[in-house]
Amino acid sequence: MTRAQTDVPNRVNPLVLGIETSCDETGIGIVRGTELLANVISSSMEEHARFGGVVPEVAARAHLEALGPAIRQALADANVGFGDLDAIAVTSGPGLSGALMVGVGAAKALAVSRRLPLYAVNHLVGHVGADLLQGPSESAEEHSPLETPTIALLVSGGHTSLLLVGDLVSDVQLLGETIDDAAGEAFDKVARVLGLAYPGGPRIDMAAANGDPRAIRFPRGLTQPKDMAKNRYNFSFSGLKTAVARWVEQRQDAGEEIPIADVAASFREAVVDVLVGKALAACADLGVPRLLLGGGVVANQRLREIAEQRAAAAGVTLRIPPLALCTDNGAMIASLAAQLIMAGADPSSLDFGADSTLPVTQIQVL
Amino acid sequence: MLLALDTSAGTSVAIVDAGGGIRAERSTDDTMRHAEVIGGFLSDALDEAGVRPTELTAIAVGMGPGPFTGLRVGIAAARVFALGAGVRLLPVISHDAIALDRYEAGFAGRMLLVTDARRRELYWSRYDGLDERGVPRRLDGPGLAKPDALPATEGDSAERVDAHRVPAGALGILAQRMRQHDVPFAADEPLYLRSPDVTLSTRKRVS
Repeated sequence: MTRAQTDVPNRVNPLVLGIETSCDETGIGIVRGTELLANVISSSMEEHARFGGVVPEVAARAHLEALGPAIRQALADANVGFGDLDAIAVTSGPGLSGALMVGVGAAKALAVSRRLPLYAVNHLVGHVGADLLQGPSESAEEHSPLETPTIALLVSGGHTSLLLVGDLVSDVQLLGETIDDAAGEAFDKVARVLGLAYPGGPRIDMAAANGDPRAIRFPRGLTQPKDMAKNRYNFSFSGLKTAVARWVEQRQDAGEEIPIADVAASFREAVVDVLVGKALAACADLGVPRLLLGGGVVANQRLREIAEQRAAAAGVTLRIPPLALCTDNGAMIASLAAQLIMAGADPSSLDFGADSTLPVTQIQVL
Repeated sequence: MLLALDTSAGTSVAIVDAGGGIRAERSTDDTMRHAEVIGGFLSDALDEAGVRPTELTAIAVGMGPGPFTGLRVGIAAARVFALGAGVRLLPVISHDAIALDRYEAGFAGRMLLVTDARRRELYWSRYDGLDERGVPRRLDGPGLAKPDALPATEGDSAERVDAHRVPAGALGILAQRMRQHDVPFAADEPLYLRSPDVTLSTRKRVS
C-alpha cells in the first residue's frame, strides 16, 4: 500500500507536539526547535502506590483518560493552536506495550486529523534529547548546546542504560544496561524491605539523610574483575536488593532494631557508586569527557552529588537537565523529533506499532 | 459526514454520509495490530471517500465491551481525532452496532449477542429488534460472563449470535440515527467490565 507522505511544512525551528505514554506518566510537550514551550505531565503514580510498583493495566487506563486534557493544557501553556503545529511526535518504545499503544493510537489520529507529519521516536534517546531544550527563563546564549560524543546514563524505574551518543539523530550505541532490576525498581523494593512507602527513591533519600553511607558494605553488582570482560558496562541490582533484605532479616530474627537510616544510606551508596563508577569508566575507556544524566532516579540527591564530585575529579563535564525534563515527559520526545526534522529526516509511516523492546540504536521508527 | 471507528474486536474505520451511506470502510479481524493499522485506516478511508477532516461533523466510536488493550487504541484515536478536528465525539456501545448490522441483514426476533472477552469469558448483550427509529432495542447488557453463565436463550426464544467483528459502517449509521432522533449516546468511558488484574503482594522473606 502506498500512501502519500505528509510533507513537513517547516524544518527551521519546527513547532512539534510530543506524546509520551511508555510507563506511568502521560506526557505532552510542545517545543519550537530547542525552545521548550509546554511540558504537561499527568502521573498515575498514586494509583500504583498500594501495589508497590507500576501496574501496566492501571497505567494504560490512566493514559487514556489523561491524554485529551493534557493535550489541551499543553496547547494553552504554549499559547498555540493545532493549526500552528508543524509535526506530531510519539514514543514508539521501549516501554509497556499497552501503555505505549494508547499514545501511538492518539498520535496517529492527531496526525491524520490535522494532516501533519508524524515522527515515531525512541524513548531512551528522547531522554538525551531533553538536554537540548532551553527553558523560558534561559536565553539561547546561556544554554550551551549538548556536545557529542557524550556518554549518557539513563536511570529510572524501568531502565538503567549506559549509552554512547555519537550524534543524537544518527548514532546512538548501547554500552550496557541492567541485566535484572532497574535501579529505580531496586529503590522501590528496598523501600518495602524497610517498611517505607512507594515510590522508594524519595523515601530512601529522606531516610538516608541522617545515615552513614559507610555503615554497611553492601555488594556492588558486576564490578568484580571477572565481570569486566562481559559486563563492564552492565548493571545488576537484584543481588544488592537481596543482600539488604537478608541483612535486615538477620537483625530482625535476632530481635535487634533496624538502623533504617544507615541501611538506606548504605544501600543508596552502593547503587550510586556503581552507576557513577561505570559511567565514568566508560568516559575514560572511550576518551569521551562528557556525561549526561537522565531518567527519574536523577532526582536522587546523592546520585547528583557523587556524579558531580567524581566527574569533576575525572575532568568530565557533567550535564543534568532540569528534573521536570529528566522524568518521563513529552517535551523530550518533541525535542528529539525536532532535531530529526531539522536534520532532514523523513516522517514515519502510519504503520509503525508500539515496540516494548525497541533498541536504542533505532532512534526513529520509520 | 461522520467518521466512525471501532477497535473492540478487530479494527474498523468508516466514513458515513448524512444520508446513512457508507462512503468508505477499512476493516481487519486481526486482534493484535490495532495500533499498527489505525492510522492507515483513518487516512485511507478519508482519501477513498474524498473527505477532508474539516468536512467531518462528528466522530463516532465504539466504547466496547472489548479486550482492553485494543479497545483503548480506538478510543484514544477517536477522542484525539475529535479534539484535533474540533468536532463532537459520539460514544456508541459496540454491541449495538453489531446488532444493527445483523437486524438490517435480516435477523429477526430476540438475539443474545456474544463476543470474545478472552480468558474464557464472553461479553454479551440481549436485543429484541430495532425500534421505530431503526435503533437496536437492548433489553439487557452489555455484561461479562463465563460461557456457562450466559443469560438463558431457551425460555427467552432468543437466538445466540457469536460475533467477531464490529463493522464501523454500521456503527456510523447507528450514530447518525441516534443523532437525528436525539437518542442519548453512551457515556464517554470505555466498557472494560473487568477490573485491572492485580493482586496486592505481601512482603516475602529472602532468607
